[in-house]
Amino acid sequence: MEQSLLITYLLAIPLIGSLLLIFINKKNEQLIKYFGIAVSLLAFVVSLIIYFGFNDQSGEFQFIHKFDWVKDLNISYHVGADGLSIILILLTTFLTPLTLLSSWNSIKRNLKEFIFFMLILELGMLGVFVSLDMFLFYVFWEAMLIPLYFISGIWGGERKIYASIKFFIYTMAGSLLMLVAIIWLIVYSSNLLGGFTSNLLDLYKTGPTIDTTIQGFLFLAFALSFSIKVPLFPFHTWLPDAHVEAPTAGSVILAGVLLKMGTYGFLRFNLPLFPQASIDYAIPISILAVIGIIYGALVAMVQTDMKKLVAYSSVSHLGFVMLGIFALNQEAVQGSMIQMINHGLSTGALFLLVGMIYERTHTRKISDYGGIAKLVPFFSFALLFTSLSSIGLPGLNGFVGEFLILTGAFKSTVLDSWWFAAFSATGVIFAAVYLLWMYKKIVFGEVTNPNLNSLTDLNRREKLVLAPIFVFIIWIGIYPGTFLKITDKTSENIIRLVTSPQNQLPVENVDVP
Amino acid sequence: MLNNIQEFYNILPIVILGGGIILSVFIELYSQKSESVLPWFSILIFLSAGFYSLLTVANESIVLQNMLSTGGRTNIFYFIFNIGAALVCLLSVDYTKKYGMNYGEYYILIQSSVLGMMLMAGAKDFFMIFLGLEIMSICFYVLAGVNRKKEKAIEASLKYFLLGAFATGFLVYGIALIYGTAQSTSIDIITSKFTELSGNIIFLVGVLLFLIGFSFKIAAFPFHMWVPDVYQGSPTTITGLFSTIGKASAFAAIIASLTALFSGGFQSLFLPYLSVLAVFSMLFGSIVAIAQSDIKRMLAYSSISHAGYILIGLASGTPVGVAGVVFYLAVYTFMNLAAFGIISLIEGENDANLEIDTYSGLGSRNPVLAALLSLIMFSLAGIPPLAGFFAKYYVFIAAIKSGLTWLTILGIVSSLISVYFYLRIVVLMYFKERETEITYSKSFSGMLGVVISVLLVILLGIFPGSLLDLIIAYL
Repeated sequence: MEQSLLITYLLAIPLIGSLLLIFINKKNEQLIKYFGIAVSLLAFVVSLIIYFGFNDQSGEFQFIHKFDWVKDLNISYHVGADGLSIILILLTTFLTPLTLLSSWNSIKRNLKEFIFFMLILELGMLGVFVSLDMFLFYVFWEAMLIPLYFISGIWGGERKIYASIKFFIYTMAGSLLMLVAIIWLIVYSSNLLGGFTSNLLDLYKTGPTIDTTIQGFLFLAFALSFSIKVPLFPFHTWLPDAHVEAPTAGSVILAGVLLKMGTYGFLRFNLPLFPQASIDYAIPISILAVIGIIYGALVAMVQTDMKKLVAYSSVSHLGFVMLGIFALNQEAVQGSMIQMINHGLSTGALFLLVGMIYERTHTRKISDYGGIAKLVPFFSFALLFTSLSSIGLPGLNGFVGEFLILTGAFKSTVLDSWWFAAFSATGVIFAAVYLLWMYKKIVFGEVTNPNLNSLTDLNRREKLVLAPIFVFIIWIGIYPGTFLKITDKTSENIIRLVTSPQNQLPVENVDVP
Repeated sequence: MLNNIQEFYNILPIVILGGGIILSVFIELYSQKSESVLPWFSILIFLSAGFYSLLTVANESIVLQNMLSTGGRTNIFYFIFNIGAALVCLLSVDYTKKYGMNYGEYYILIQSSVLGMMLMAGAKDFFMIFLGLEIMSICFYVLAGVNRKKEKAIEASLKYFLLGAFATGFLVYGIALIYGTAQSTSIDIITSKFTELSGNIIFLVGVLLFLIGFSFKIAAFPFHMWVPDVYQGSPTTITGLFSTIGKASAFAAIIASLTALFSGGFQSLFLPYLSVLAVFSMLFGSIVAIAQSDIKRMLAYSSISHAGYILIGLASGTPVGVAGVVFYLAVYTFMNLAAFGIISLIEGENDANLEIDTYSGLGSRNPVLAALLSLIMFSLAGIPPLAGFFAKYYVFIAAIKSGLTWLTILGIVSSLISVYFYLRIVVLMYFKERETEITYSKSFSGMLGVVISVLLVILLGIFPGSLLDLIIAYL
């Protein structure tokens, strides 16, 4: 197989799959389900081939495929992957078949449309992670809103309309401002280079030459869009609503992959394009990240709804990722990358478990449960295991990422204060408090709710969904080297771009547009 | 005077259409089945004129004693007008039958209005612009009230006529002042004298009045008062005609007459006027559209706001901006024709099924129409990968390149507001259910027209270069 076409194949699989799906008879639900899983598994296989073909000794983009798309603006279809892209591609293609499998019985109507939108969503997410053209990136970034909007709007809970519109307008507001910044950057570079280009690698060279004040504005425009997606405190208000109203599959994808797009955006665009501004804004953003860690944890403690609790725990965990990014040293950035994966696995699994029990009892209120340990031993174990992974117990995945981030933040020369690490470390303790508290209320004690007596334990399909996630939770916890190796050179490269941007371009004769 | 046979070939699109009109009149006179022949005959005429223009796009020349230009941008506009008009005819076949207004004149008037548009787009002289505008407008006034049994249609027709006449007054006055100062109505001569004229206040007032006259036609704020009523009252297919190629032709006339002046510092002189118009049109249109309960009125306000985005391209005053305007107009034509086509299929007797609430639950009752309409709504809202996004993107690039970042930011704000009301339709169609059933007109030709328009929107979204390359090559 031609190496450079691999990523294009990866993008083509969900696209062609969803187009073929249109021709399958709506009534044939069994076939539709198997077809959806087959397509997403095929995508996973291709992403594994990409992973094994990836040379982790280089921080450069690999598997580059490029051809002209809109000649007049020099926009091209330009995809490629470095270590950061690879791990996020793997996370996406890994979680998609699992979520499809998990919603085997929970999607009662319009199954065909559901699978269609899930595949389109997968295409959008993969596209975001591999685009090396600013325009192409933006197209994927925005287009992805449409399937997610339908997934939470059609198959969501009671207040689904409110939640999906809020989600759409909120994220759109951020991305439109980013669009202005993208166009500004492209026009600025065209004055510098003598022709339009939206090639990210060219923009990496022109971005750092922008005057500091304007660089700050552009940085903020990009940062706003990504912060909404992450979500960074105080832009998180859409998240609990969207999670609570979305179906399980939507929540898993939202928490598992979509939030990572925000942090991916910071690493891929904000840091290398605007290095000076990144250093200038590192402290304010880190303060917000620390506030998010503590605030998310405190709010999670008082939730009565399991899904809301997990949603707020996401705010807290993503705060760690943001802190790691803006500590601006290799250790912390690498920790952030691992933490993105960890959060995708742990929180994804938590949402899956909440969804599984919700399917049985149709309630997510913590107070409706109690004493289920005897009734559903396997579920109880799985919930404990996932909670411990989310808390960051040494030996499981969460510990590795948080440890790297905290040591990185502690040593950071940009932040230059140990307070950041100290305050965010309390987030780990709080996480133990709210997750174990929830665990205690749900699993231990006496069965108070008579409805629970008919509860059945996880079936084989549900175990099959959780097992692969648990394997990776242990793998990362015991031998993180496999994953650290992929991101090693990439994180080094990103840090190099920030600390010593290569502006070999003449800075004179620049007309500011 | 035709100098040689080449000139004849160059103006053949106009000849085809003119000949078609005369033939149509005879068909209408002598054929018993003219109502069923004429729509298809018109489509044939439009398609041949349209594709001929596209094929001869390289034949750039100025003909008829410096009155008309041919080839290049003019032919691209001819192409857009004719394809748009062919789609309008396709949508009209069953729609006019439904309302008992399938008169032959309906199609003859559409043909004549397109002839007027073509004269405007190719004009090299202010007289030609005026001539084309009047041919188009008079046909439009009649078409608005072609359903003569309906009071609202007659009201729309009369309103359109009165305000249209008013606008023409501005226009003629403007042309008179321009002629008075420049001693010529030829656009080339005026352009060559621009440096001496730019200090002449009377000339500038003339240009301003000329622009105000066209501001009515493009439905820009504050000259939009007629738009909601006329769009609502006219037959839906005709509203599609007004809002798409009708608007495009007015922009074509502005480009034909004034862009040559842009190079001579025109942009800075009229930037305040164009940008104020753009800002208010965008924001006013988007905000008021939120409050509408009638889908045609909602699209009327959306049309005002789109006029604003297109004006941004004009305000940037560069070739890039003009290319953006032409591309935007083409995309907007197909988007709106698809939207009005779908409305015309759902519309019932006596203006039934025009409330936005009618669309509740369309997703489960008629999945194909709902899917097509959602694509159009996403495109109108400017969400990639649909054509509406690329059109906006290109116009914004032009604006930022001319240093109009603030205008772009306001455009973005307006886009965001507009997302709300476009999405409302999608929300109703998919996320809500409706108790009562409604019947749809099963019209093959109408459906075909809608599907072609939507396919064009998708195609131009994914391969914008297919049209853009052509536009840029012939700026």
